[in-house]
Amino acid sequence: MSYLKIDHVDKRFQRGAATTEVLKDINLVIDKGEYVSVIGHSGCGKSTLLNIIAGLTPVSAGAVLLEGKEVNSPGPERAVVFQNHSLLPWLTVYDNVALAVNKVFGGQKSKAERHDWIMHNLDLVQMAHARDKRPAEISGGMKQRVGIARGLAMEPKILLLDEPFGALDALTRAHLQDSIMQIHAALGNTMIMITHDVDEAVLLSDRIVMMTNGPSARIGEVLDVRLERPRKRLDLVADRSYIAAREAVLKFLYERHRFVEAA
Amino acid sequence: MGQAALKTATTGAKVVALPGVKAEVVALPGVAGRRLVDRLGPWLRAALVNILPPLITVALILLVWQLSAHGPQSSLPPPTKIWEEARDLITEPFFWNGSQDIGLGWRILVSLQRVAIGFSLAAVVGVLLGALVGQSVWAMRGLDPVFQVLRTVPPLAWLPLSLAAFRDSQPSAIFVIFITAIWPVIINTAVGIRNIPQDYRNVAQVLRLNQIEFFFKIMVPSAAPYIFTGLRIGVGLSWLAIVAAEMLTGGVGIGFFIWDAWNSSRLSDIIVALIYIGVVGFVLDRLVAFVGTIVTRGTLTN
Repeated sequence: MSYLKIDHVDKRFQRGAATTEVLKDINLVIDKGEYVSVIGHSGCGKSTLLNIIAGLTPVSAGAVLLEGKEVNSPGPERAVVFQNHSLLPWLTVYDNVALAVNKVFGGQKSKAERHDWIMHNLDLVQMAHARDKRPAEISGGMKQRVGIARGLAMEPKILLLDEPFGALDALTRAHLQDSIMQIHAALGNTMIMITHDVDEAVLLSDRIVMMTNGPSARIGEVLDVRLERPRKRLDLVADRSYIAAREAVLKFLYERHRFVEAA
Repeated sequence: MGQAALKTATTGAKVVALPGVKAEVVALPGVAGRRLVDRLGPWLRAALVNILPPLITVALILLVWQLSAHGPQSSLPPPTKIWEEARDLITEPFFWNGSQDIGLGWRILVSLQRVAIGFSLAAVVGVLLGALVGQSVWAMRGLDPVFQVLRTVPPLAWLPLSLAAFRDSQPSAIFVIFITAIWPVIINTAVGIRNIPQDYRNVAQVLRLNQIEFFFKIMVPSAAPYIFTGLRIGVGLSWLAIVAAEMLTGGVGIGFFIWDAWNSSRLSDIIVALIYIGVVGFVLDRLVAFVGTIVTRGTLTN
């Protein structure tokens, strides 16, 4: 049985009399422990796809199945790392993670265990030192680290990342990508990441799902990235299969599915 | 201010040796002795800058008032006469010479107690109703027009009705406070709730927070700046309403004191009471604003 199955999913948005079809017949099977990236031009509906998996947006047709059970509402087993971190500004770094941990594990773990678990997750993203700071007092990269810690702390079956590094500068982004790779290697989480950065997709993913342009976006191609893990950014620069994978994605995005309106 | 900054800049400046120039450190005369003055200087200056102008204004007002109300045929008493006639009220806010001859401090406390009860009720009910209106489209469609009409009714217009309903002056006065303060609380809370970013709602959904958890953990902190704006307007209106309500209901409050003083032509007492009311209203406003800045610290910036 597949771990996560996206089965013939359509999504239409109704606005008055007008109907826009955003996603058309999306089929995808994801295995446990896989790192899958979804890439496509802006407006192709990749964030909608993530929100559907998260349960934040209902499907118009088809279904999302996690371990054979249909999911149609949000829940902590499909934790989301939001694009703009979405930390609650009135809570400290520690309390932001604690909000999630206390809700998800309130009945199962003792207070001391929960504290240890919060600190463990902050350590994982190297943010334990800033536990008493508020989001306004830390940098964008640090906020996103805390967002990732909050997602991981829910011990999700699938971690959904919605352009997690999109708003960060290149150096910070590289640091966080390395952190994510380490975490993925250590924990073996299943992760789905939305991105529009080709290098990021190739570096991090086991498979890259390429979306055609909307409206009625479909899955155009799925590329297997056969690169040994652990991957090192510098070693990959001249790696044959890395270059080939990069080229395949670039060709898909810029030759066959050029975003006409944006040009 | 500028001079002080310049002084620290010159005395505290680092001596940088330019190439080819021999730098010499010259001890300024009397630096050591001026330390304390230098440290206190800016603070004193800031205090003067903030306190002096209002003091001058008050002095000028008193002077003009004294001059214009000086003559024997003047209908209003000059400051000096107020000081003579109402000295005990000014200097001793908390004397007690029997049930009707008491200090203004006591009367203010009685009025404040009424405001405290009415305003607290308005705050709790207002935040809950505001949350309902802000959260539910149907509640807004149903309730908002009613609120918009009711909120324009002047506070005192409620008094006869509430006297008829409660048959007692104390609960009637409290009701007038409540009904006066509640509208800005409801309206501002609703706006605050409507402005909760979708991101926070998504976080709450992913965590499966229930309604009560969502209310306390997301709604209230997120809307806190708006709620406190409403509370601040509300407390100001309550204070306006209580004085008027007490004039009509009687009893011990500061409002009735003014009415009573008018009936026995004690104009000086009225003026002292006005100053009391103004100062207390100012303090109330600042108090709510202060609590607001503490509670919403961190909420405004993201």
